[in-house]
Amino acid sequence: MTTAHTHDHDHGEEPNYLVAKRGLMSWLVTVDHKRLGVMYGVAVLFFFMVAGILAIAVRTELFTPDQDFFSATTYNQLFTLHGALMVFLFIIPSVPAALGNFLLPLMLGAKDVAFPKLNLLSFYIYSAASIFLIYALLTGGLDTGWTFYTPYSTSTGTAVIAATAGVFVAGFSSILTGLNFVVTVHKMRAPGMSWNRMPLFVWAIYATAVIQVLATPVLAITLLLLIIERGLGIGIFDPAMGGDPVLFQHFFWFYSHPAVYIMILPGFGIISELITVHSRKHIFGYKAIALSSVAIAIISFLVWGHHLFVSGQSELVGVIFSFLTFAVGVPTAIKVFSWIATLYGGSIQYNTAMWYAMAFLWTFTVGGLTGLPLSTLAIDVHLHDTYFVVAHFHYVMVGGTVIAFIGGIHHWWPKITGKMYNEAAGKVGALLVFIGFNVTFLTQFFLGHQGMPRRYYAYLPEYQLMHQVSTVGSWILAVGLFWTLGYLVTSLFNGKKAPSNPWGGVTLEWQTQSPPIEHNFHDQPHVYTSPYDFPEIDKSAGNFHPPA
Amino acid sequence: MFGPAESTNLGTPPMSDSPWSLLPAASTNAEALDTLYIFFWILCGVALIVAIGAQIYLMIKYRMPANGIHRKTSPLTHNGKLEFWWSAIPTVFFVILFYWGEVDYMKQVTPPSDAIDVRVTGQKWSWTVDYPAVPGASLSNELIVPVGVPMRLTMTSTDVIHSFFIPVFRLKKDVVPGRYTVLWFEATKEGEYPLFCTEYCGDQHSGMIGKVLVVKAEEYEAILKERSKLEYDETKGDKTQADFGRRVYKRMGCDSCHSLDGSNKTGPTWKGIYGRTEATSAGSVTVDDNYIRESILEPNKKVVNGYAPQMPAFAGRLDDKQITALIEFMKEQK
Repeated sequence: MTTAHTHDHDHGEEPNYLVAKRGLMSWLVTVDHKRLGVMYGVAVLFFFMVAGILAIAVRTELFTPDQDFFSATTYNQLFTLHGALMVFLFIIPSVPAALGNFLLPLMLGAKDVAFPKLNLLSFYIYSAASIFLIYALLTGGLDTGWTFYTPYSTSTGTAVIAATAGVFVAGFSSILTGLNFVVTVHKMRAPGMSWNRMPLFVWAIYATAVIQVLATPVLAITLLLLIIERGLGIGIFDPAMGGDPVLFQHFFWFYSHPAVYIMILPGFGIISELITVHSRKHIFGYKAIALSSVAIAIISFLVWGHHLFVSGQSELVGVIFSFLTFAVGVPTAIKVFSWIATLYGGSIQYNTAMWYAMAFLWTFTVGGLTGLPLSTLAIDVHLHDTYFVVAHFHYVMVGGTVIAFIGGIHHWWPKITGKMYNEAAGKVGALLVFIGFNVTFLTQFFLGHQGMPRRYYAYLPEYQLMHQVSTVGSWILAVGLFWTLGYLVTSLFNGKKAPSNPWGGVTLEWQTQSPPIEHNFHDQPHVYTSPYDFPEIDKSAGNFHPPA
Repeated sequence: MFGPAESTNLGTPPMSDSPWSLLPAASTNAEALDTLYIFFWILCGVALIVAIGAQIYLMIKYRMPANGIHRKTSPLTHNGKLEFWWSAIPTVFFVILFYWGEVDYMKQVTPPSDAIDVRVTGQKWSWTVDYPAVPGASLSNELIVPVGVPMRLTMTSTDVIHSFFIPVFRLKKDVVPGRYTVLWFEATKEGEYPLFCTEYCGDQHSGMIGKVLVVKAEEYEAILKERSKLEYDETKGDKTQADFGRRVYKRMGCDSCHSLDGSNKTGPTWKGIYGRTEATSAGSVTVDDNYIRESILEPNKKVVNGYAPQMPAFAGRLDDKQITALIEFMKEQK
């Protein structure tokens, strides 16, 4: 992708977005998508750290079969907050709100998102939601699990209303961000950027935004009903008041299953960018990857019932949901194969971002394949609600989204901060994260296969060995993540100044300075080619020879 | 605090010695399912090796030249034939897996008409198992089944959602308040196996563990009747009523919420409980025989302050002799 004409006249004096305006107020009321992206980034990483520390506490309690460090009540609050903070305050906003906000207008060649003030409002709504959830944490905790299943959640004495109100409010932030992005993609593309010339990250964010707009209201409705039941004593889900507890599960998963794709699709987008740029190759199967994101977004609305295979829902319904769940497997498999095929004939540079992309292919493939037994009705009956499910969704959410997110942070770090990080330190961190993650969660597949149920603070001694391996793995993972945080923060102070295009990317964000100026581009960029048209690609038909 | 490691709730030795012994196939369903399961893992293993093998091969072969200067790269952007096949082949396998899983599932959920009926009730945090076909047979945290005879469990919950899970049978079903769910199986191997709750149900979710006892068909009724009995019995070591009370305390799962050592669990500890004055939801109460009796039969009438009203009612589940023995046992906890 190239800009129309490179102006030779000097723009060097124009300050970048970080210093264009100064003072705290200039940040608090900013409508610059880049600043909001950075603010979201800091916020989501903060919650990632808090929820991660909770996870380490959970794993440490599970080091022995007995109750050791925490009471049952405290343990239940720990895993609930771990799940709720990770899902609602970290993973869902992570890629779209942080990297998406920063990159979407840049990649489209726009000055900002379509509704900059709405974007600021989203951030404040998100902040308010966070405060609600922290309030729930401080006022006696929450012990329902992040799924808030009724009638447990309507009968427990903990701060369910505050927490669900927090999630309810966070949902609006998600809806407004999604709306903003949909309009931005439709209306703000640079001249010449047809749909087929959009970077795949933009396609992924677009598909995600559509799900955010369509699915999140259902969560809001569900949680509102829950609040009505608890607050006003109107029986909706509680059988003691004439309600139906399984109805809640249908409502909840009607949102929360599409939400799984809100979490993972942006990760797919990042991987598409990373693999092409660092292997100097056009993406393999552009249309297949772009359209499979859309296919996944559509099918994702029709598979929620696979969370209810053992809930007592009708067998016919179970069969239909099993079939539809397998249908999601096809576009997902196409993506993985296309990424691997992109490596063919490349000239792959292995920097930290590419290490994460390669790690992703392993973790996500394991996560995807272990989804198959869970879609198979008869087998799911055994594996449902065991550690197998825990391992599976951590492979998809952490091995998929989080690995992609960290890879993306490394890839765009020079653009966002204007600084280069230390590559050697980056690779040490990537290795620790990869090893720690696999040790933690690979063992959990075996635990679940052996029948270890979820959400136990104490367990049969037969499971101890595998629990201990898993716990040690979680410590390695934690060391890797803190190490990564350490060198990234250090690079802000003593990192080398980043060039405008350190990796040789051809998408538009690399065609402006690092960090970008406040209005992104000096001149309106024009687009004439595909976003993966690298100069190394051999276009002299038939002259490409694989290395010996 | 109570942990399954002590197995106090069950009054049994640990259920197995190694992780693998949790997973014998002990029902017709488990045996059928393991065939599919093994097919599955071979298939996934091959898929993983092919995908990751291709990735590693390409990663090494097409790495950037050591001189740090990029070589020319392939202009390949897509390949319709390849893309068709790598969409079609997984689709075929998915259809096979779906179909096979569906067939096995339909068997799992269709009990034969001659199955013996058993009633299961889940409550915080124990299982009650009643046998309508055997008069007076009722067990707590224990399921006794004959080998080779189909059994149909009709299950419900008195409070929140639980889930009834027997790993060696590869079976699980949620136990939902306000409706019945059904689970059936035919055991094939004698032995003692764990039974878990797999739907999070509160503080002692981890302790809601029972055992499944698969016995010879001809001995089934005798064992069931013997195990259902909960009365004063010198052959079981009862020297006083309090000794019998201790057995009631363990069998009925009182120990999952009430400690004897003063530690605070879901309910008040029984250490020094008799004669103590408690502030309750209905004013101050001195714990005497009548208050204990009332609290067993209608637990949520006068709840000690600081505790949630969530104890299940034991009216109809404990008789006068058992209650008397429990009271004697409580008096001993000083």
